[in-house]
Amino acid sequence: MRTKALTRLLFVVTGIAWVALFFTDLSVVFSIKTGIQPDMPVWMPGLLFNIYLLSLYYYYKLKIDRDEILNFVDLLWRVFATGLVATVVSLALRLIEFLPGTSRLVSHFLYLEITYLITMPLMGGFLIMCFTAWKRLILYQKSKWLFRLWQVFEYGLFLALVYSSFSLPGLDWLYDVLLAVFVVIGLVLSANTKWVAYLNFKQKWTGLLLLLLTVFYLIYLFYTSNSQIVAAFNDERGIVDHRYHLYFLAVFIFVIMYCSFSFLVILFNLPTTSVFEQKLEEVVNFQRISQSIQTEQSEESVYKILLETSVSTVFADAAWLEVKDNEHHHRLFTYRISEKEAGDIINHLKNNHVTGILEQAQDKTKNLSKHLSSLRGSRFRSILAFPIYVKGDNIGTLALLKELSDGFNKEMTKIVSTFANQAGISIENFRLMEEALQSERYKEELKIAKMVQKSLLPEVLERDTDFEMAAFSESADEVGGDYYDTLRVTENEVALVIADVSGKGTTAAFHMSQMKGIFHSLAQQGIRPEEFMIRANNALTRCLERGSFISATFFVIDTHKKIIRYARAGHCPVLYYHADTGKAEYLKDRGVALGMVRNSSYANFIGANEVHYKPGDIMVLYTDGITESKSSKGEEFGYDRLITCLLEVPDKPAPEIIDHLIARLYEFSGSDNINDDYTALIVKFAKQVNPPD
Amino acid sequence: MVQIKRIQEDGMDIIIPIGEVDASSSIELDLVIAKSVGEGHTKILVDCTALEYISSAGLGVFMSYIEEFRDKNIRMVLFGMNERVANTFEILGLKELLTIAEDKVQAKQLLA
Repeated sequence: MRTKALTRLLFVVTGIAWVALFFTDLSVVFSIKTGIQPDMPVWMPGLLFNIYLLSLYYYYKLKIDRDEILNFVDLLWRVFATGLVATVVSLALRLIEFLPGTSRLVSHFLYLEITYLITMPLMGGFLIMCFTAWKRLILYQKSKWLFRLWQVFEYGLFLALVYSSFSLPGLDWLYDVLLAVFVVIGLVLSANTKWVAYLNFKQKWTGLLLLLLTVFYLIYLFYTSNSQIVAAFNDERGIVDHRYHLYFLAVFIFVIMYCSFSFLVILFNLPTTSVFEQKLEEVVNFQRISQSIQTEQSEESVYKILLETSVSTVFADAAWLEVKDNEHHHRLFTYRISEKEAGDIINHLKNNHVTGILEQAQDKTKNLSKHLSSLRGSRFRSILAFPIYVKGDNIGTLALLKELSDGFNKEMTKIVSTFANQAGISIENFRLMEEALQSERYKEELKIAKMVQKSLLPEVLERDTDFEMAAFSESADEVGGDYYDTLRVTENEVALVIADVSGKGTTAAFHMSQMKGIFHSLAQQGIRPEEFMIRANNALTRCLERGSFISATFFVIDTHKKIIRYARAGHCPVLYYHADTGKAEYLKDRGVALGMVRNSSYANFIGANEVHYKPGDIMVLYTDGITESKSSKGEEFGYDRLITCLLEVPDKPAPEIIDHLIARLYEFSGSDNINDDYTALIVKFAKQVNPPD
Repeated sequence: MVQIKRIQEDGMDIIIPIGEVDASSSIELDLVIAKSVGEGHTKILVDCTALEYISSAGLGVFMSYIEEFRDKNIRMVLFGMNERVANTFEILGLKELLTIAEDKVQAKQLLA
């Protein structure tokens, strides 16, 4: 905002300076002409003129220098427009001279003076405008050195303005020297025409025209601004003829020089413009590709952009991208060519044993074109193909086709190779994204599996006057397949199962639910434990995949006979505490896990067992996650430690025993992050059991 | 992590798993056994002296071959298990299904 206000202020100052100059000068001239002592100093117009030039200079400086969005052609347009206005005004004034009946008027000194006072500031303004514009062009890509030189030039010109205004005596020799210095510096500065390279073909033509017209305006204005009048009053008013005014002359020479330089540079750059434009397009294309890779567009659209840009960059007629999937499945993305046509060419090359297509040899164009020409019905005569690598593996091919024979040169080969690299990156990107999605899906699956697993475990355990039960189950991040359940079969019989499904994740949860179904359907029939196992094995044989099995122990607690009948199918041996002796032991009976023997011979591998329970006895059911739990030193929790834990609290009720056990377990493993599933179930028989029937 | 070596001795194929066989590394074990079967070996020894731990998935690998071995008349003997590994085999009842020997000499005798 401050800049804007300042710009306006400068504009106003410029205007006032001009108006003031106009009147003071007229008054001074009139006084001199009529011989009256002027009532203001004669140097006043000169000073005002300098103020006018300076404020105009700063005005343009602010307006052009600060305008970030102004492009080169717009800048030239502005210069041209200013020149046009100045020229038109000047021409209009001159036109009056040719109007009939104005011959007396135009010869009047007052008319001449007014004309001068209008055209001279206009010319000055135009020069300054050019000067500021050129400054922007020259300093477009500035080095420190160039910037310094420009500053020297600018301050030098300011001093020249002051010098010329006061026309110091005895320094005439300095005039030539200074002018020569300005010309040399101007020449050096004029060599900086880098901005030309950034113009496209059309802009260059426009630039040429505008520069040419600008030069004409400059020359016209410089030499036609009425100067006769100045010569007449030269010394008295402090305004020198601008043609000999050091400041004006230096600026004029510089502006003309730079105009000519730029004109020539643009002219000679015209033929090569297309090359630069192509290079620029390549850069833009690359940007487009990398942007399309970054933003999550679909795979197809990224490949399409890739093909489009590579085709347009090397002026090809068609292209395809062949991508090999992990399962050696080929996918073809084509551009301006049908999949059939592309397939024909690929097969044709394959049949001709063209190996070069997949190698980064230097000149494969000729080779392949020869083979292409032998393919009938194809409109293409040149082909350029590049392998695409991802992490050193060749995963596809980028091929470009031309209808012209020998249509690709080495430069294009290089470009295509970079495009092929880009393609590799984008394919890699998509694979990574896919993997990320996959793992995300897997995580989601695990979440569901975990939920399923939790929901399969009973919320409430069977109760009986003879015993109480308590269970604990906690699974690690990966879902395991620990399962336990209870079911009342009859009034005096309760079935109990603990199982561990091999494997993890969704399959484990799935097998667990099968186990639950089997348990609930078989257990309620009141069958014997070994029979349960045989039938369960039979059922699971048909649905467990190869290598999967389920370890389980099935119990039936008979509260009438005070007997626990059980069968162990490869599950961790039950820990049994005898209250009368105060000792605990593992019931290691024979038994093969479910699904290990997938025929009727399984019956030979399962045994039936019985235990008579007494008041206060404790049965600990658990999964291997507990005994295999490791401490920070890598030591296993083990069977002995489990016994020790139990023997510490045999008289407590079941829930307290399990709490104690789990607390000890966490204490042992030393962290809350468990590495496996912990599942334990305690059956504690009452101190006072009902007498057997 | 497991590293599996194979050597041929006296017309027998000896598979030597070194380290721990868990759910992920059991696939390697499976591949090695499948390769041995594919090459037509009928006498396979599994040297478990360097096997520190085997999970249920690893046991599943051995188990999954039991029927195939019977059909193709292939004999496999495992030997040199440490206590921990032997215990795992025992609990799951695999001792009844697989032939397990004390040491290499005994294992070779069983296959001879």
